[in-house]
Amino acid sequence: MTDFFHFAQSSLPSLLAGTAVTLQLWAWCMLGGTILGLLLALGRVYGNRIVYAFSTGYIELFRGTPMLVQMLFIYFGLPNIGIQLSSLVAASMALGMNTAAYQAEYFRAAIRSVKAGQMEAAYALGMSKIQAIFYIVLPQALRIVIPSWSNEAVLLLKYSSIAFAIGVPELMARAQIIGYTTFRFFDAFLITAFIYLMLTTGLAQLLDILSEKLAIPGQEVR
Amino acid sequence: MLLLRVEDIHKTYGDLEVLKGVSFTVQKGETKVIIGPSGTGKSTLLRCINRLTPPDKGRVWLEGVEVTHTKSRINKLRAQIGFVFQDFNLFSHLTALDNVRIGLVKVKGLKKDIATKLAMRELERVGLRDKANAYPAQLSGGQQQRVSIARALAMDPKLILFDEPTSALDPELIGEVLTVMISLAKEGMTMVVVSHEMGFARAVADEIIFMEHGVIVEQGPPQQLFVSPKHPRTKEFLQKITELYGKGKEVRT
Amino acid sequence: MIYRTILEELPYLLQGALVALELLFAFISLGFFVGMAIAIMRVYGNRFLTLLAVLFERFFRGVPAVVLLFLFFYGIHNISPFTAATLALGFRSAAYQSQIFRGAIEAIQSGQMLAARALGMGRFKAIWCIILPQALRLAIGAWSNEFASELKDTSLAYTIGVVELLRRAKYIVSYTYGNGALVVYGVCALMYLVLVRTGNVVLYRLEDKFAIPGFERREKGM
Repeated sequence: MTDFFHFAQSSLPSLLAGTAVTLQLWAWCMLGGTILGLLLALGRVYGNRIVYAFSTGYIELFRGTPMLVQMLFIYFGLPNIGIQLSSLVAASMALGMNTAAYQAEYFRAAIRSVKAGQMEAAYALGMSKIQAIFYIVLPQALRIVIPSWSNEAVLLLKYSSIAFAIGVPELMARAQIIGYTTFRFFDAFLITAFIYLMLTTGLAQLLDILSEKLAIPGQEVR
Repeated sequence: MLLLRVEDIHKTYGDLEVLKGVSFTVQKGETKVIIGPSGTGKSTLLRCINRLTPPDKGRVWLEGVEVTHTKSRINKLRAQIGFVFQDFNLFSHLTALDNVRIGLVKVKGLKKDIATKLAMRELERVGLRDKANAYPAQLSGGQQQRVSIARALAMDPKLILFDEPTSALDPELIGEVLTVMISLAKEGMTMVVVSHEMGFARAVADEIIFMEHGVIVEQGPPQQLFVSPKHPRTKEFLQKITELYGKGKEVRT
Repeated sequence: MIYRTILEELPYLLQGALVALELLFAFISLGFFVGMAIAIMRVYGNRFLTLLAVLFERFFRGVPAVVLLFLFFYGIHNISPFTAATLALGFRSAAYQSQIFRGAIEAIQSGQMLAARALGMGRFKAIWCIILPQALRLAIGAWSNEFASELKDTSLAYTIGVVELLRRAKYIVSYTYGNGALVVYGVCALMYLVLVRTGNVVLYRLEDKFAIPGFERREKGM
């Protein structure tokens, strides 16, 4: 038991460094993914036929194929046509574009659940379509989407682990390296599992607090 | 002075022709009340006036400016026409004050402090100054509707349209909204109201318009229409209403 | 030249798709039974069983799939990649499926249980004959979502050496010295897309077939 403890102690620095990379990767992907997802959703709800077709096609493609395949395609496939990306950028792109597709659907559902009367009242005041969307629909939709968005955030944190497959030095990759150098694969991955557990639990708690803070007084967050 | 002119409005939804050629005018300061059985296009008519629903045929003029023209600056025109919805449609993510203020800031482009002053004045006018920081979900139906009236008033409109403003309210809350509407009418606001509240109509309407099946059947001042209606259908409808609702609650004026 | 290779290797890839489907059915079945057990433990169990169930769910939902794959692979002596993948993905699926079952069981009014007991049925009999048949039908909708996600996750098994679709694609890519990456991974992605879409259609039909008249299909998504 103490032997395991020593092993854990010596592995920790490397694993924590990997955790830092994981969190960085996750943060960039969530940011990009949320923005892109929102744009795709707006395109699907308010856009013309071309925009709608493009958004829908994108979403179907990225939701219908495995994340890992997307990542390998971007990292190994794009160089075939001259686009060479670093593993970190490739991973970010793959994860970001993937989460955007899922988030687009969540945003779309949230936007559509804002009552039509809200838009009508905005128009009646003399607001343009863009004003109505920006000042009236989106503030409400963004609150409605929080549970799904939080769920997606936690999911993405877990899926960031697949970046090890293209060599990004995040948490999972470090665990594997420790395994190769000490042959204590199981122990290494066990510790890693618990680090992930703490990360996901912590994130979930944080998001719960956030959703409480943002709730509109009088309305429960669904 | 002629404020609103509605000419030959037609509207069809799928197979159903809801409005079959409706025309009327409104002078400045007048209050017109539109009555009639449900589903006869009264709400649709109102929505055609500020083009929330574009009519299939027919035209609308506000003080000589055509609202229904495709080239008209509809947003500017809508800012001059107030609309009060049956379901209030207050912006749920904003406080009462924000609701009243948002049109002033975002549509009229006023500075925040001036807008706040104007907004508070309107909230005061409808008797809800102390609820300025409440959110819609925290207000009763009657309070929400009054805020919605304040929101319309704040824009300093030439005309306010009311789409069955009390139909979604519990009976005991109807009075507070009607009180506000009556004082508005007395202050000279030009209003077109779709309503079932006969007491209210009797008290402040300059003219009653009875609509059925998408056309105006009869119109005239309340004394004439209620006492001696010309058209048999009008008579029938009024009888039915009186049976169901009584002669209309005694409305304090 | 690359296209020729792809065409020649198509049967090889399709076999990989078959392996992926084998894996899918293996671990989803495992997840089904274990998930059901966990759900029953949580809804009807005593405090100890409930705690066990909660810990199980927390662990297998909070740890990324690839970490679980490696844990099982390195944790059990002489285990084949396929078995390790079945166990890892199976238990993970169980954690998600138990949520679905729990939701379905709880959606069935308590009156059903009371009526069954009033007839003289023992607890287990009531669960087996009355609650479960209804719960299963209610759960079909949520499964459609699960299915697509699990099918894509079979690609993760390649990391511990299961020679399914993605790994075969990788072999072909290395065979072409990386020049075929774009096309191969593209084709691979398309295959997953077809599988996912077909699966969704089949499940949609099944849902209709098994639906209890009067209980509308639940809204998928959020």
